[in-house]
Amino acid sequence: MSVENGIGAPVRRKEDQRFITGNGHYLDDMNKVGQAYGYFLRSPHAFAKIKGIDLNAAKAAPGVVDIFTGQDMVADGIGGLICGWGITSKDGTPHKAPPHNSLAVDAVRHVGDQVAFVVAETLQQAKDAAELIEVDYEPLTPVTNIAKALAPGAPQIHEEAPGNLCFDWELGDKAATDTAFAKAAHVTKLDLVNNRLSPNPMEPRAALGDYDAGTGELTLYTTSQNPHVARLIMSAFLAIAPENKLRVVAPDVGGGFGSKIFVYAEETTTIWAAKKVNRPVKWTSDRSEAFLTDAHGRDHVTHAELATDADGKILGFKVSTKANMGAYLSTFASAVPTYLYGTLLSGQYKIPSIYCEVQAGFTNTTAVDAYRGAGRPEATYVVERIMDTAARDLNMDPTEFRLKNFIPSDAYPYETPVIMTYDAGDYATAMNMAKDMIDYSGFTARKAKSEANGKLRGIGSAAYIEACGIAPSAAVGSLGAGVGLWESAEVRFNPTGSVTVFTGSHSHGQGHETTFAQIISDKLGVDINSVEVVHGDTDKVPFGMGTYGSRSLAVGGSAIVKAVDKIVEKSKKIAAHLMEASVEDIEHEHGVFSVAGTDKKLTMGEIAFAAYVPHNYPADLEPGMAENAFYDPLNFTFPAGTHIAEVEIDPATGVVEIVDWAAADDFGNIINPMIVEGQVHGGVAQGIGQALLEGVQYDEESGQLLTGSYMDYCMPRADNLPSFRIATTNTPCPSNPLGVKGCGEAGAIAAPAALMNAIVNAIGRDIDMPATPEKVWRAINTH
Amino acid sequence: MTTVSMTVNGKKVSADVAPNTLLVQFIRENLRLTGTHVGCDTSQCGACTVHVNGDSVKSCTMLALQAEGAEVKTIEGLAANGELHPMQAAFKENHGLQCGFCTPGMIMSAVDLVKRNPNPSEETIRTELEGNICRCTGYHNIVKSVKSAAENMGG
Repeated sequence: MSVENGIGAPVRRKEDQRFITGNGHYLDDMNKVGQAYGYFLRSPHAFAKIKGIDLNAAKAAPGVVDIFTGQDMVADGIGGLICGWGITSKDGTPHKAPPHNSLAVDAVRHVGDQVAFVVAETLQQAKDAAELIEVDYEPLTPVTNIAKALAPGAPQIHEEAPGNLCFDWELGDKAATDTAFAKAAHVTKLDLVNNRLSPNPMEPRAALGDYDAGTGELTLYTTSQNPHVARLIMSAFLAIAPENKLRVVAPDVGGGFGSKIFVYAEETTTIWAAKKVNRPVKWTSDRSEAFLTDAHGRDHVTHAELATDADGKILGFKVSTKANMGAYLSTFASAVPTYLYGTLLSGQYKIPSIYCEVQAGFTNTTAVDAYRGAGRPEATYVVERIMDTAARDLNMDPTEFRLKNFIPSDAYPYETPVIMTYDAGDYATAMNMAKDMIDYSGFTARKAKSEANGKLRGIGSAAYIEACGIAPSAAVGSLGAGVGLWESAEVRFNPTGSVTVFTGSHSHGQGHETTFAQIISDKLGVDINSVEVVHGDTDKVPFGMGTYGSRSLAVGGSAIVKAVDKIVEKSKKIAAHLMEASVEDIEHEHGVFSVAGTDKKLTMGEIAFAAYVPHNYPADLEPGMAENAFYDPLNFTFPAGTHIAEVEIDPATGVVEIVDWAAADDFGNIINPMIVEGQVHGGVAQGIGQALLEGVQYDEESGQLLTGSYMDYCMPRADNLPSFRIATTNTPCPSNPLGVKGCGEAGAIAAPAALMNAIVNAIGRDIDMPATPEKVWRAINTH
Repeated sequence: MTTVSMTVNGKKVSADVAPNTLLVQFIRENLRLTGTHVGCDTSQCGACTVHVNGDSVKSCTMLALQAEGAEVKTIEGLAANGELHPMQAAFKENHGLQCGFCTPGMIMSAVDLVKRNPNPSEETIRTELEGNICRCTGYHNIVKSVKSAAENMGG
């Protein structure tokens, strides 16, 4: 028996109705009575000492309520922003985490650093007043490039981090890897740059602080992917208010892609200022501020070497990476180039020995943190680019080279040399499926046809793996995580049979209101329209770790299943009582409870009603039908698959046209295939953006951001992208009750390597991302 | 302050505004029609697209005073008598939205696109939507939505 709108059905999204009619509730759509407006005065310098700030003229400007500086926050006992993941360097020392005040105190360290916060009756008045603030800066020489920042003699950005080094970390067995290289028949070497990206959710960040002088409660409405974690950090480390007096609400959030995980200075300042002025205060970022202050992604410089034997089998892999952290350490920044990167360097391959070292450093740039994929796209880029390069060196077809080195499908659980235990997978099936989809064997003929038309044609694949649902808590704690990475859920029946589900996951485009309702519909037989999913409010949801790392379904969905299990268990007792049978004889399927071997049955709705009106009820059972669960997974999940890109390049212009895209992904079991496809489309589009169009650029001399608007930062638009052909394979995940793996990041992880391999295949030379027409043209025409 | 009057979603509206008030500010702040969004400050993203006298316009590129006497339609005025416009219905049916922030502008642009191109090819749709940025969908399902809506609109 299957359930309408249950697990596996492409249910149309419940949340869409409000979005397509203009009735969503994004943060800037909200306003409070008596609200004032906040505006940040930001540093025009990449690096400067602050010798003085004169607020007199600005404070006298029309409409100004108050103006705050970093000194005011320090004097009020407000702590700095923190990084929640501790990394230990090779020499055993902890990573360097210099102070990070919400408003600068004595120095500014990147263009856009917060210097003062103006609160006024209108936004225009706040902006006008900000122009009257006199800041006495002593400009210093900045450094924006990571290799230069880590070189001797570079400008020193923080006293606490000599040589600008944040940490020098390693993973794997260096001696074993050196031994493997000594035996190698061939060593392939590759230098790569993973370009810095700006995440660019279409909704700019915003914050609305509200203080209740009567109760002393503070409410922060904010664009967050994880409101409980924001509350925890603001309470425990910044001392803005105790957790029981601080409510954080993230309403409809217009995309995140990682950038709204972090606790930002604008949020902490806005909520603190609301209390200081005893009025609601709203701050909304404009796009220029977003480019300057939303945490960026990637920015790695890497040297990699792959050792192979005479037979084309991989013997060892060495990776050395420099990672740019920006001016300050963002909330989870240190985890990205370490435990979300080095641990994935085995890819889908049986590699006997791996050694990875990462030097992370500070520069006078916007902070870098997790962006869709977070470390795993960087790892996949290194692994999959060098796989193609090695295949070329060995005169092998790149897909054959991969197939030869895949971890076989009977090898699970498979322990890699970089501390991951892959639990399930079937990499050859996905790769062969993608090859069939794109007619891989017909490529030679298509290439000849392109050549006849004066065009270059290339094909490239990426066989990626990612680790999602970062867990269990004890394991990530041992690696430095400052939080547990479980999730919570409450499933609450109302007396009339409708259901409210409270989840600690947060949807900002992923469609949880539909997917999670499908789980309830399927398991408890409740009409999907009678299920409401509530998220994003610390006053409603017991607790939550939020949404990132493709964890919502694997961890948050599993928590819902655990709560459902408790509902079923209790319902069986009630059913047994009402039908005068023993609990052992009660059978349950999709919300119908029956007595084995009889035609007696009760529905979930009838039982829920009995639980709230317990006139005829088991004596030893609590009334009510609401159950909580906290779920801590047994392991990461390991989505994997193969994407293949085919391109045609006009050598006269260097323009790359993506002529075909085939993806075969293994996400384990799937709840809503329509939503999964949409996640893959979006991920691939962001990966194509990285490979072809996007790249944050700073002027190295002045430290000014050159790509500060949509006029300069090239976002993928409809006419830059092809349609995609995608399919899925399925090896169910053995470590969670739904058998699901996560699909949100896969496209962004696979796409850059697949596309760059296709371009390199077409032009016969290595180039770095983004492969702009100019860069491609130069590569073709410079010999 | 200057008085500005126009018809928005069939209703006559009038307000005193500063002369530098943008049409999008007038719509969002004076009329509290918050379905029209602001996603950038350079008239690139298209989240603020509305119809002025039947044509799609980025409402951040126009002063409220320039719309004096105009017929303005926002996303809130697109559904008629509780029935979704075929373009709205097609976006839902084809999963043409994820976070929903660009969606109102995307739908308003798409309605205008189909008005001018009743039977658009994939290439036409992609070219025409170049002024509306979506970060979630990769446009695949947006293109599918517009194609399907065009068919349902009798193109």
